[in-house]
Amino acid sequence: MIPATFEYHRPDSVPGAISLLQQHGDDARVVAGGHSLIPMMKLRMAAPGHLIDLQGIADLRGVEVGDTIRIGALTTQSEILAHAGLAEAAPILIEAARQIADPQVRNLGTLGGNVANGDPGNDMPALMMCLDASFALAGPDGTREVAAREFYEAPYVTAREEEEILTAVSFARPPRGHAYEKQKRKIGDYATAAAAVLIAADGGRVTSASVAMTNLADVPVFSAAAGAALVGTDCGPDAVRTAVAAMQGDIDPVEDNRGPVEFKRHVAGVILARAIARAWSRA
Amino acid sequence: MKDLPDSEERRANLKGLGCARKRVEDARFTQGKGNYVDDIKLPGMLFGDFVRSPYAHARVKSIDAAAALALPGVVAVLTAKDLEPLGLHWMPTLAGDKQMVLADGKVLFQGQEVAFVVATDRYIAADAVELVEVDYEDLPVVVDPFKAQEPDAPVLREDLEGVTEGAHGPRRHHNHIFTWEQGDAAGTTAAIDASEVIAEETIYYHRTHPCPLETCGCVASMDKINGKLTVYGTFQAPHVVRTVASLLSGIDEHNIRVVSPDIGGGFGNKVGVYPGYVCSIVATIVTGKPVKWVEDRMENMMATAFARDYWMKGRIGATKDGRITGLHAHVTADHGAFDACADPTKFPAGFFHICTGSYDIPVAYCAVDGIYTNKAPGGVAYRCSFRVTEAAYFIERMIEILAIKLGMDAAELRRINFIRADQFPYTSALGWEYDSGDYHTAWDKALKAVDYAGLRREQAARVEAFKRGETRRLLGIGLTHFTEIVGAGPVKNCDILGMGMFDSCEIRIHPTGSAIARLGTISQGQGHATTFAQILASETGIPADKITIEEGDTDTAPYGLGTYGSRSTPVAGAATAMAGRKIRAKAQMIAAYLLEVHDNDLEWDIDRFVVKGAPERFKTMAEIAYAAYNQAIPGVEPGLEAVSYYDPPNMTYPFGAYVCVMEIDVDTGEHEIRQFYALDDCGTRINPMIIEGQVHGGLTEALAIAMGQEIAYDDMGNVRTGTLMDFFLPTAWETPNYQTDWTETPSPHHPIGAKGVGESPNVGGVPAFSNAVHDAFRAFGLTQTHMPHDHWRIWRTARDLGLHG
Repeated sequence: MIPATFEYHRPDSVPGAISLLQQHGDDARVVAGGHSLIPMMKLRMAAPGHLIDLQGIADLRGVEVGDTIRIGALTTQSEILAHAGLAEAAPILIEAARQIADPQVRNLGTLGGNVANGDPGNDMPALMMCLDASFALAGPDGTREVAAREFYEAPYVTAREEEEILTAVSFARPPRGHAYEKQKRKIGDYATAAAAVLIAADGGRVTSASVAMTNLADVPVFSAAAGAALVGTDCGPDAVRTAVAAMQGDIDPVEDNRGPVEFKRHVAGVILARAIARAWSRA
Repeated sequence: MKDLPDSEERRANLKGLGCARKRVEDARFTQGKGNYVDDIKLPGMLFGDFVRSPYAHARVKSIDAAAALALPGVVAVLTAKDLEPLGLHWMPTLAGDKQMVLADGKVLFQGQEVAFVVATDRYIAADAVELVEVDYEDLPVVVDPFKAQEPDAPVLREDLEGVTEGAHGPRRHHNHIFTWEQGDAAGTTAAIDASEVIAEETIYYHRTHPCPLETCGCVASMDKINGKLTVYGTFQAPHVVRTVASLLSGIDEHNIRVVSPDIGGGFGNKVGVYPGYVCSIVATIVTGKPVKWVEDRMENMMATAFARDYWMKGRIGATKDGRITGLHAHVTADHGAFDACADPTKFPAGFFHICTGSYDIPVAYCAVDGIYTNKAPGGVAYRCSFRVTEAAYFIERMIEILAIKLGMDAAELRRINFIRADQFPYTSALGWEYDSGDYHTAWDKALKAVDYAGLRREQAARVEAFKRGETRRLLGIGLTHFTEIVGAGPVKNCDILGMGMFDSCEIRIHPTGSAIARLGTISQGQGHATTFAQILASETGIPADKITIEEGDTDTAPYGLGTYGSRSTPVAGAATAMAGRKIRAKAQMIAAYLLEVHDNDLEWDIDRFVVKGAPERFKTMAEIAYAAYNQAIPGVEPGLEAVSYYDPPNMTYPFGAYVCVMEIDVDTGEHEIRQFYALDDCGTRINPMIIEGQVHGGLTEALAIAMGQEIAYDDMGNVRTGTLMDFFLPTAWETPNYQTDWTETPSPHHPIGAKGVGESPNVGGVPAFSNAVHDAFRAFGLTQTHMPHDHWRIWRTARDLGLHG
């Protein structure tokens, strides 16, 4: 459990970090909280020659809550949990962050690292897709915005270019109806199945709904069809059944120690139905 | 009289037997001041690390260490070829087999040690491991002990080709290790065949791992000037390690010092001898420098001793009103690549023949076949006495299955068949003499405490509600009444590599009335420094706070067989009491001289000898101790010391009654433990607080094993559960609240009536949790499903029973 040799860098600005990335190319990796990358390095499944620590960059910190919510990439899960403004504006973020790993991991693990790493087991990517969030990517030619729903391409492969750094996440203030429901084997585990649901309602009917799923394919899954199945309904049993079936058409789980495919598909349905019920009750 | 409060106060001051004394170890441990193997740093120390096999079965065609040796800081790369001239490329196991220290021509399990890299720091060693090039040619893999016995199964142990006589009798197949039998085969079959009701089932106790928080490791240091070898290590049996090291290395035993410093949990994982110890010793002899080897978590789980992996086929007969008529057991035991079980030498399946449990079964038979597979060696007693958890799980499942067959309540079926209190000492059909017990009293207390009848009513209502579609949660009531067998053991039938399983205590009373006692055991978290001082306090009248307990250094501690199988209190605890009594006997002579009376005119009173009928005339133990060192007493040697080597006349048989109430979500397979009641009877209770802590810890390990913890392999022999992400180690979040209780039935043969307790909760806990899962589905037709009961397996059970609609 000892990583291979690497050079450690600690730039104090985003341009500084980018220039290090340009200098070292694919031999360099950026690290924020380190709770995904460092274990991979200890297992020698990742062996970057240059590790660029982002912790010295003040610009990557900070949370702004307005009509749009903007969260700096280095914001830890614990900081999210402790942020009163976020609790009021986007309680689904709190509900999800609370279910990530354990307090020690949440004290170091960052939102930026969680979404940028491209691990389908991470919770925040599906949530960001559900929120229709946008990721700010700073590179040698300036900063561009990429929608979370367009970001994830394959396991650990994202729309981020090698010389870019994910600097912030932003999204519009979500509707009141929300839930992040997660089944896991134990504390610290990735989801067996998890569902992020946002529902806006008016006059007892769903006016908009958004559904995304965690760890049920090789990328996080945004199920437009599942959300659409709820719009115009009162989230009754038929609507939930239709939404679950639509979601099950979009996921593609694989067998692992958490269980076989059939189990995961079934549990995904149960978890989504529960998430819809809870989100509806809050809408 | 002011005598009464005075004596109460003196008794309280002793903190002796029965006192919930706080653990004296914890001030150190909770402040990070423990001294574990990896804390030991010696000048010039080198670090060892292993090249391990990625294959479960492969020919090792060549090993090229040139690139590793070229890395600055690398001192040596040892392979089997280097060890062969010393005769150390293989080593004997505790089970009468032998095991490769480093791959000799082939590898037999994933993670097997292939080469040992020695470097100036552990980082360089880890880099060098990557640079050793090993050329493998993969061979067919067998991970299933039944397939391993097929005629055309690959030959795993080529070194045993043509060997038809093993350490425990004939081998009938090239992957067969032994067959071990106990009891009356023909009589048992006849009795069961003639029974009104017969139940048959195969119970699998899956492969798991003790996974102590501290992994295994050592620091070996050869002093070439004085020829003395010192080995610090995570040893549950340091004295035996010294003897084995002497026999293997040829170094005289007085020139070897083995030290077990603080140990961060053992649970059986640290009983055996591992290749890392041998390689470190060779490396220090070769280099003349101290060599440290400490495995990481993945190595610990992949390569050091596993536990269980028993396929237990049971057959039980009964009358139609529930009297058991006979029990038949056949076990297929998967031992992995080498038979490295840690059992007393004459017991290749440990004490599995305790499998008649708490029941008065007239006739029984058990047979165990040990089998080689391409899995890691081991088969240790993970927080239990040797194969006792397996036995307890087997009988407690068979009882439940018989209850289903009989259509009877499982609590009542147990009650009908319990050995009665008036039958003790009781000789079981498989030959054990149970020392003491009162099972009916414990059982009734447990059932009353949980309102068993009320629980059954609630469960019946739940089943109806489930059938009406009003709930998706089922309620399971898991019952267990277990009987342990701990405290190996009588030297006449228990030994390890020929060393009788006695234990020892040596006491020195200091002139000012404090003391040090050293034992042949070694605490790994059990709290020996606390509890053994309490035994001595009650025996000698010296307050426990004034007694230092030391263990683990073979240069200072008396020889003992170590700590595992709950043997410390039954054996070393007995030695402690006996040594204390020798102190008191000498103290009585000194007191008689000082008080100018005859020995027989004195009586012992808590912490002093008092002249009978003259309570104002006495000498305290502190006064006596001082006199022992500063007065010339005719006929009495100066000083106050004693040694006792204790060979127990029998094992001790702790028992307990556990009830687990579990809610199960049939749609997700999740569970919630609503209540867990644990009544333990461990005879005389030395420290109730430590007992409670032991029960909490053991139950939590049992929870892990029953509900998710396993070492799983794929068909290629790859370990699928090699990290703590997949290997379930419960945290506070997964751990339920436990409700502990007790009865106290002393052991008649133990000097203070104590039995072991640390392992009882694992032995009883696993069937209690597992029976709760089974019981939840009983109304829907479930008879048996295998552990671990993780989410998807429970879900599968519900699906197979048609509960998903």
